[in-house]
Amino acid sequence: MAAIEILALEKTYMVGFWRKRPKRALHPLNLTVEDGEIFGFLGPNGAGKTTTLKILMGLVFPTAGSARILGRDWSDPEVKAQIGFLPEQPYFYDYLTAHELLDYYGQLSGVPAKERKRRVEEMLSRVGLQDVKGVQLRKFSKGMLQRVGIAQSILHDPKLVFLDEPMSGLDPLGRRDVRDLIEQLKQEGKTVFFSTHILSDAESLCDRVAIIHKGELRGVGAVEDLTSAVQGKIEVIWQGTQIPSSMKALGAECYVSGETVRAALPENQQDAAIDALRRERIRLIAITPLRTSLETYFVEKLQHSQTTAGKTS
Amino acid sequence: MNSRIAHIATNTFREAVRDRVLYNLIAFALLLSAAAILIGQISIDVERLVVVNLGLTAVSLFGVVIAIFIGIGLVSKEIEKRTLYTVLSRPVRRWEFIVGKFFGLAGTLVVNTFFMGIGVFGALLYVAHRFHASDALILVALYFIVLEFFIICSLSLLFSSFSTPMLSAVFAFSLFVIGSFADDLRGFAAISHGLTHWVATAVAYLVPNFSALNVISAVAHQQALSPQLILQNTLYAAFYTVMALSGAVLIFERRNLK
Repeated sequence: MAAIEILALEKTYMVGFWRKRPKRALHPLNLTVEDGEIFGFLGPNGAGKTTTLKILMGLVFPTAGSARILGRDWSDPEVKAQIGFLPEQPYFYDYLTAHELLDYYGQLSGVPAKERKRRVEEMLSRVGLQDVKGVQLRKFSKGMLQRVGIAQSILHDPKLVFLDEPMSGLDPLGRRDVRDLIEQLKQEGKTVFFSTHILSDAESLCDRVAIIHKGELRGVGAVEDLTSAVQGKIEVIWQGTQIPSSMKALGAECYVSGETVRAALPENQQDAAIDALRRERIRLIAITPLRTSLETYFVEKLQHSQTTAGKTS
Repeated sequence: MNSRIAHIATNTFREAVRDRVLYNLIAFALLLSAAAILIGQISIDVERLVVVNLGLTAVSLFGVVIAIFIGIGLVSKEIEKRTLYTVLSRPVRRWEFIVGKFFGLAGTLVVNTFFMGIGVFGALLYVAHRFHASDALILVALYFIVLEFFIICSLSLLFSSFSTPMLSAVFAFSLFVIGSFADDLRGFAAISHGLTHWVATAVAYLVPNFSALNVISAVAHQQALSPQLILQNTLYAAFYTVMALSGAVLIFERRNLK
């Protein structure tokens, strides 16, 4: 069973005060997220990521289409007992302490009192807030609030977790913690659907990603496939900053990066390249099939959509 | 009560307490103490009447201000600060949220009125030196004041479910003022003719009839209140509150939380 099935989900807002005009925030979106996978929902700011998440959470109503979460209709309140949600830049009741807030959310999620007590303590330890559990949230930093947000999203042991820009505004340590947590959730067998515009996070964490731009889905697939080997090209990496003229003659595109040089060249030139480096007594580090990065794929998809839009207009 | 509603109500009550809403009791106590001492010195034989009038009017006004100014923010503040997102993404129905918020604020006002009621009885004891059997009527007046708060809470919630806090406050306060003169409006409707008659009658019956709930003057003058009036006002307040809350739920159920 798919964890999420989105079927032609569409959202159009009416904007303007006197003369209302439609503004499409989400074009018909079709997407399936499999059970147990980490799925990245990528797109620049204003692409429609948060709108999609809000529809799935029942905060915004779709203009058309439907979605099934864990096999049930998105609007079924019972399905929400099995999902967790971290909104973008979360804000919580700041008159509550971290402990009180988690206890309150546990109550709303229907966690029994005895189990709730244990789980709240466990979550506070897991996100490193045990020492400040009695402090009102108004005294928390942004990073600490993000940790509270993550704790509340997994407090009730959901099967599926939605995270909207979970790394946004976090320092490098905070980002690493969130990455570790997402990986732990996967190991626990949970499905994670997270939106982000930080591509390196998506590339390192996700099994599959979808790219959305201006409310339209631009691409979807496994990270491995999207960053697949470029047909017939290899990357040769060697130590130093020297680029032998014989390498240039082979048609290599070379980039110096610190104390290494990377050269992309046709696969059939591999032996010639090795010979050229040996002749110059240069230390070879690696030869790998050339892969496109997720960033390259992402930029290509966005540029393609802009070009298409330019042609149609 | 549904447990989720109870949890939302408890949290709303806790918010009011932590936001120091009940501090108004200090201002109320100071006002009443000063009035009791002053009245004790300057009035002859009408101390009771003045203290009951002043005390109950203050209870009503303090409560109305709290009901309006907290009520209008109950929903809009949650949307603006996005605290609602993590609540509605749980198995919480939108109607449960509205009803829970209502009970939380209503509970705050009941507690507030309880302490202010003690203050009124304290001031009365100070100026009259003992209680009379007719003083029990003050409890009825306080009960009607609480009913008035319930209506105002539900109206504030209704306005808050579709409007800005500023406009909601204007709407709720205007209805409170118009409703306080509902009897006069009905009198005017009765003597007017043609279109004016129909419009005035419609408005008179549509606005909450707060004048029927105001028995402060009667209680101050120790006039008896019929059980029928108590029943009638209870049913009226319950009906009006349920109607206003239903309106709030209907609007909120369809609202996009952008």
